Amino acid sequence: MIEVRNLTKRYGDKQAVNDISFKVEKGEILGFLGPNGAGKSTTMNMLTGYISSTSGQILINGTDILEDPIKAKSNIGYLPEIPPLYMDMTVDAYLSFMYDLKKCKLPRKAHLKDVCDLCKITAVRGRIIRNLSKGYRQRVGLAQALINNPPVLILDEPTVGLDPNQIIEIRTLIKKLGKSHTVILSSHILPEIQAVCDRIIIINKGVVAADGTADEIARNITNEHKMTLRIEGSTHTAADKQEIVDAIKSIGGIKYVRADMERERGIYDYDVEADEKTDVRRAINDICRQKGWNILMLQLSNLTLEDIFLKITMGDGVEQKKTEASPKIELSVKDGELIASTGEAKEQKAAEADTKTETSASKSETNNKNKKKSGSKKGSEKDNKGGEL
Amino acid sequence: MGAIYRREMHAFFISGVAYVFLTVFFLLSGIFFYNGVITSGTSDTSPMFGSMFMIVLFLIPILTMKLLSEEKKNRTDQGLLTAPVGLWSIVLGKYFAALTLFIIAESIVFVYAIILSYLGSVVWTTLLGNYFAMLFLGAAFIAVGLFISSLTENQMAAAIASMLALFMLYLIDNIAQTVSNEYISKAMLSLSFYTKFIEFTRGVFSLSSVLFFLSTAFLFNFLTVRVLDKRRWG
Repeated sequence: MIEVRNLTKRYGDKQAVNDISFKVEKGEILGFLGPNGAGKSTTMNMLTGYISSTSGQILINGTDILEDPIKAKSNIGYLPEIPPLYMDMTVDAYLSFMYDLKKCKLPRKAHLKDVCDLCKITAVRGRIIRNLSKGYRQRVGLAQALINNPPVLILDEPTVGLDPNQIIEIRTLIKKLGKSHTVILSSHILPEIQAVCDRIIIINKGVVAADGTADEIARNITNEHKMTLRIEGSTHTAADKQEIVDAIKSIGGIKYVRADMERERGIYDYDVEADEKTDVRRAINDICRQKGWNILMLQLSNLTLEDIFLKITMGDGVEQKKTEASPKIELSVKDGELIASTGEAKEQKAAEADTKTETSASKSETNNKNKKKSGSKKGSEKDNKGGEL
Repeated sequence: MGAIYRREMHAFFISGVAYVFLTVFFLLSGIFFYNGVITSGTSDTSPMFGSMFMIVLFLIPILTMKLLSEEKKNRTDQGLLTAPVGLWSIVLGKYFAALTLFIIAESIVFVYAIILSYLGSVVWTTLLGNYFAMLFLGAAFIAVGLFISSLTENQMAAAIASMLALFMLYLIDNIAQTVSNEYISKAMLSLSFYTKFIEFTRGVFSLSSVLFFLSTAFLFNFLTVRVLDKRRWG
């Protein structure tokens, strides 16, 4: 139904969308997920022919959007981020205008009534759009997209500005529409994507960071056993960190250990990752008992879509692309903390740059302070991203 | 094109632009008619049309200022550009809406002609010649205004820039006279809208001038289409 091949959009030097490819079948609801500025809207604008791609191809129902834009566009109903409403028109006049604009052949009166009923705007049909609330405007925008019953619906953040009841209504409506239409919707509201979409594409920095159902994506990311430990060492100083990290590293099956922030006075958290087969919890416990350390906390990472999203989007997508074939799996940022404090993010980030090569955490620790200076630019870049989320 | 044309006509009237435009146009042309024709005791309508050049110059930007700038500002262009219509349909729909309103305004001269016919004899050929000359002039000016409106998101900026542009076209004769190089001066004069328009008021129906106005209209509508198209590639 929709096929996107190697889609790229460049604004001057800025690469807004970089080599995206995907396919959406009829009756599928695809969710676009990504932080602000990830390229969601740019991609949607290209899909609908509002802007053109720098390179790549978009086929809507087999028609190339650049070769035969009118035919391709007639298959699409589009609700942009800001609904294209003429404030000075009544809902009726506006929908009637869109009906004419789309050269709709369906019986006018009945079709407009259906669309209004579906979007629950029948009560406000006679009112001027300027006087409508944001929620109603959003619905009029949706109604406009539904006119002429296009087989493809592209909805850019369709539930923005709606109250919780309306959000549920619109979600139900989209699910209903998804049975007979191909729907692409973007959102940064994760539960929404999870509730509505069959399939999710996570876009970050203009590239597809993950593609699949929520479960599939989660499985990819949680292939390893990951956990966070809080261990109380013997000296209650930073020197503990080195010792503890080395000790845990000596356990068989450990892939990666990293000292994290100081959570309690003199006590640190450690991110530990083991391969799939080994359960290292007991071994860690044994070591701690031998050395007289106390495990104050052990938390296994159970990834929700939210974690996945943060994991993927907080990582340095560009760097990843260079080093790894499949970017979605390899990130090792500890996310909960990332949003909690940007200062931490900075430190973690600097540390992470080193642990990439899986050197010992101690090295990363010593580098950490240097990195903080040299990598301050990088750190602040990360902060911005944290802010955007 | 039809849908856009109807929407623009509708918008002209509900936004009040149409009423302001028509009122000012009728008022000023009425004054010129009264002073230039009735009180002068002549049945020659040409001086009146000559004076009306200035009204057209200042009023057309008001018609065209928001045609495309507002769409861009309110992001309604996203609705138009993603609908199954071509760029030419969008531009021409808007262009003809403005032109229609201009024709309505301009047609007031027939009312004046009827008044005049009670007072004396009307030279219908001159009147019609002048009427069409002004129509072609308006057609060219509206295309220029629409083009400028496509360049900005701010309708006031569009209005002022259009007035300036049209005023420069008016002044081109004066500027041409100060240019010492004969060829440049001649080239500039050949672009003079005013000279070509005034020819008509003297009773000369010049086909080349008609072609000049029409090709200007076409050129600027073409440029507007290019602007919209280029924005997609930006």
